[in-house]
Amino acid sequence: MALARPAAVLLGKELQTEFRTRELLTTTVVFVLMVLVLFSFTFDPTSIESRRFAPGLLWLTLLFAGSLMLHPSFTREQTNDTLAALRLAPIDPTAILAAKILANACFLLVAEAVLLPIFAALYNLHVWPVLGRMCVVLILGTLALATIGTVFSAISSQARMRELLLPLLLMPVLTPALIASAEATAGLFDDPAYLSPQWVGLLAGFDAIFLTVTWLFGEYLLEE
Amino acid sequence: MSTLSASVPSDRGALTRAHSANFIETLLVALLLGAAGYCALFVAPTERTMGVIQRIFYFHVPSWWSAFVAFAIVLVSNLAYLRGRNPKWDWLGVSAAEVGVAFVTVGLVTGPIWAHPVWGIWWTWDARLTSAFVLWVLYVSYLLLRNLIEEPERRAVVSAVFGIFAAVDIPLVYFSIWFFRTQHPQPVIGDGGSLDSQMARVLLLCWAAMLGILVLMIRQRYRVEALRWDVDRLRLTAAQSASELSARQGFAMGEGQ
Repeated sequence: MALARPAAVLLGKELQTEFRTRELLTTTVVFVLMVLVLFSFTFDPTSIESRRFAPGLLWLTLLFAGSLMLHPSFTREQTNDTLAALRLAPIDPTAILAAKILANACFLLVAEAVLLPIFAALYNLHVWPVLGRMCVVLILGTLALATIGTVFSAISSQARMRELLLPLLLMPVLTPALIASAEATAGLFDDPAYLSPQWVGLLAGFDAIFLTVTWLFGEYLLEE
Repeated sequence: MSTLSASVPSDRGALTRAHSANFIETLLVALLLGAAGYCALFVAPTERTMGVIQRIFYFHVPSWWSAFVAFAIVLVSNLAYLRGRNPKWDWLGVSAAEVGVAFVTVGLVTGPIWAHPVWGIWWTWDARLTSAFVLWVLYVSYLLLRNLIEEPERRAVVSAVFGIFAAVDIPLVYFSIWFFRTQHPQPVIGDGGSLDSQMARVLLLCWAAMLGILVLMIRQRYRVEALRWDVDRLRLTAAQSASELSARQGFAMGEGQ
């Protein structure tokens, strides 16, 4: 409870800041669309091939988008030194991280909701029959991306060359989540559609482990 | 400046003693390495199917084991630094990480040299190889991150947190890639096979030599890091006092007008 209330208030603040301008969301959606179209140009896949590539492509694109989109989540606070003000508040510093993780997960999920139908149409995938299971994979995968991404954005915001550093830190650590999400998604487009408990379990485990590690060690990143 | 005097002995006698102790230890490790090399090349029996190329195994496997020892030291140092904030743990952490990356690089280079004649290819995206590669990237980014943060205390805290994330990630990387690749036939590296007792002895000797190098290199790097910490702090203090001075001068000039 000590964590939930301040986190909820801060989440509201994050969402309000973003929805005032919708800068992050529009940029991310356009970026992902552009990459998807460019991929189809460079590989020129047939319909069977595109079905095989699509899940990996989707997650790789989301990972790229995430590494761009998650970057401002701490640098935005630096412009007016608002992070110092947040730190002064008599709350658990983990609440700041938790709110940012949730907010980033929300932004990514909104972007995915816009992108999924377009993606399905472009790559000729039947998403509708597996929509429920697809949502499970999307939510778990996005949570993994948002958790690691937010923590690493707190790390990279304190370094030089931060724009380059974030993807560099993010990608190797997210390898297991990327593989698990892409494989679980690929299973959904197999015939018959099948949600692999192994991969979903790995994703859920990844989320649980890194949320715990963030809860234990994240606050060190926010100290002055 | 207590850290400076602790890391570099100030009086001449102590300096000479430290140098001669260093010399003896280095000599011992060099001798051990020579013996290990001799045994690996001439004493160990030649493997029946692979022939002479199999002897690279005596350097390949111990360098991986040593790399894991180094990364275990990194994790322990990161946790200890966050708990007690003693900069010595930070120095140990970065030293072990750098030496660990060197050993992983040795493993990644010797592996393909062996694989090319035996498997017919330099590299395959097999579970073990892929996770080894991800491991290398993880610790290289740990070292890169450290280079990009100026202030010593901040660098220590931030890199310790990243180091913990990286260490937690290693088993997950291994599991995920192992699941991923089990559908495919994969080359087996010594799994389930039994090792000749003579070979095992030579392997252990080689590992002892590698661990000797590991200790020497970590210690040397630790001293460099201790000095670097002091230099960084001095630089920061100098920059701060310079900016304070210029601010004061600007203020005085403003008053003069």
